[in-house]
Amino acid sequence: MLILEADRLSIAFGGVRAIDEVSISIASGQVFSIIGPNGSGKTTLFNLISGIYLPNDGSIRLAGETVTGLAPDRLARRGLSRTFQNLQIFSRMSVLENVMVGRHRHERTGILADLLHAPTVSRQNLATREAARAALARVGLANDGDRSAGSLAYGALKRLEIARALASEPIVLLLDEPAAGCNPVETQEIDRVIRSIVKDGITVVLVEHDMRLVMNISDRIHVLASGRTLTEGTPEQVRSDPAVVQVYLGVHGSQEAARAFD
Amino acid sequence: MSLRALLENRLMAAIAVAAIVVILPYFFPSAYYYRIGALVFIFALAVVGLNLLMGFAGQVSLGHAGFLGIGAYSVAIGPVHFGMPSWLCLFAGAILSGAVAFAVGRPILKLKGHYLAVATLGFGLLVAIVLTNEAILTGGPDGMSVPGLALFGWRARGSDTWYWIAGVTLVGGFVLALNLMESSTGRALQAIHDSEIAARVLGIDVARKKLTVFIISAMYASVAGSYLALFNGHITPDAAGFLRSIELVAMVVLGGMGSIFGSLVGAAVLVVLPQALTIFHEYEQALLGLIVMGFMIFLRQGIVPSLAAALAGWRKC
Repeated sequence: MLILEADRLSIAFGGVRAIDEVSISIASGQVFSIIGPNGSGKTTLFNLISGIYLPNDGSIRLAGETVTGLAPDRLARRGLSRTFQNLQIFSRMSVLENVMVGRHRHERTGILADLLHAPTVSRQNLATREAARAALARVGLANDGDRSAGSLAYGALKRLEIARALASEPIVLLLDEPAAGCNPVETQEIDRVIRSIVKDGITVVLVEHDMRLVMNISDRIHVLASGRTLTEGTPEQVRSDPAVVQVYLGVHGSQEAARAFD
Repeated sequence: MSLRALLENRLMAAIAVAAIVVILPYFFPSAYYYRIGALVFIFALAVVGLNLLMGFAGQVSLGHAGFLGIGAYSVAIGPVHFGMPSWLCLFAGAILSGAVAFAVGRPILKLKGHYLAVATLGFGLLVAIVLTNEAILTGGPDGMSVPGLALFGWRARGSDTWYWIAGVTLVGGFVLALNLMESSTGRALQAIHDSEIAARVLGIDVARKKLTVFIISAMYASVAGSYLALFNGHITPDAAGFLRSIELVAMVVLGGMGSIFGSLVGAAVLVVLPQALTIFHEYEQALLGLIVMGFMIFLRQGIVPSLAAALAGWRKC
């Protein structure tokens, strides 16, 4: 079943077509990676899919329903969550509280109940805290819940963002460079986390520069170059595609590479 | 229990404020201090509301005295011109303030950045101008007298009575604010303060949450304004003036943004200091400015958060 489809998405910023008629179809339960050189429009595509940018053209369907132009919070309530390349941590809150915010779409109390601390609020806080602890445990931060979020190391913050997104129980999770700036050990940890997420039936869409991680973990890879689709396929197909090698290494570089392999 | 946890514990905080209200009068050398105490509590009530907006949701209102004015003139105009009971006017004023906040905030809070600050600045000025110009209803720049509060034949009179009324209401205001912080809405507001975009992708309707807390803070200010008018027995458009708005913002910042306790401390400092400095006559304003600047230079996070952090660090040593 197709869980997320984008049909001929386009957006231009002052004449520059950042994304130009890009179509993707992602089957449920896959790890779908989007790769491409710097400036090829990967994050822009993420921002379109997650509702942060409004596309000039094209449409997006989530679980079979058209969601083009829906605001990020509406999309989140339909089960689309994401993390950010440049961390967006609630730094004034504790680690656990960060993840508790992720439960927002499952919380039901009204403003009056919140002000009066009705019994429903106590029960809900308890349930939210439990679910948040579970999400933290999944990314290996079970013992850091009471720390201030600002005091975590970079790699841990990356995982904190994933835990926060997971707490919202998404059906599709967009991960924007989860391993960027991470050391090999931290990257391995991210790899493990992504695999456990997929095992739960959550579809993962990944933008990532770490090719080893991408090739290891992806079911399908979509390659962007200058805002357009270059190719799409399995890791093996993409790895052996001369066009992909060319955009990454340049024409000259790919000739060098070909010579080196001869 | 760490100091921070202690400050954030709802029950402890409520008990602490209640204790302050009850114990303080034992140290009052004269009845005059009841008056100062009542003023501190009344302003603290408005500051708690504004702190919800500024310290938690990260939005600045430069016209909050406008809501103070609406509350104040509600308990003046209602009884004088329409024969309504004061307590009813107090509630009506709060609801009117909430409605006005909704009307003002709805179009603005969808925008990002400091639009709310600018728009509320205009709103505050507007209220002050209307109160000054509608002389038939409001008495114009000279203001109007406000009939005292009466409930079932009992009349609230005297500074000590108002000390207790304001104190009890402040404890209630504290409890509501602390409740809010420890709820789904409170977490969402704090999230918005740190990263709007992250809050949105987690399903938080940012504009709606901001509007909600703006309305709540307006109602806090309105009740404080009504109390101020009923307590003083007289009200002028200055209550809604720009300087009042700035004073409220200063109280929030001085006490500590995001610190509910700080609201009381900030209000106390800016109400008590001018009284204490009157002995310096013409240097009063200059000294006040100097002291406030000193606080902000040495206790940058505001009095309560800075001292709490210092104490926590000192304990660790």
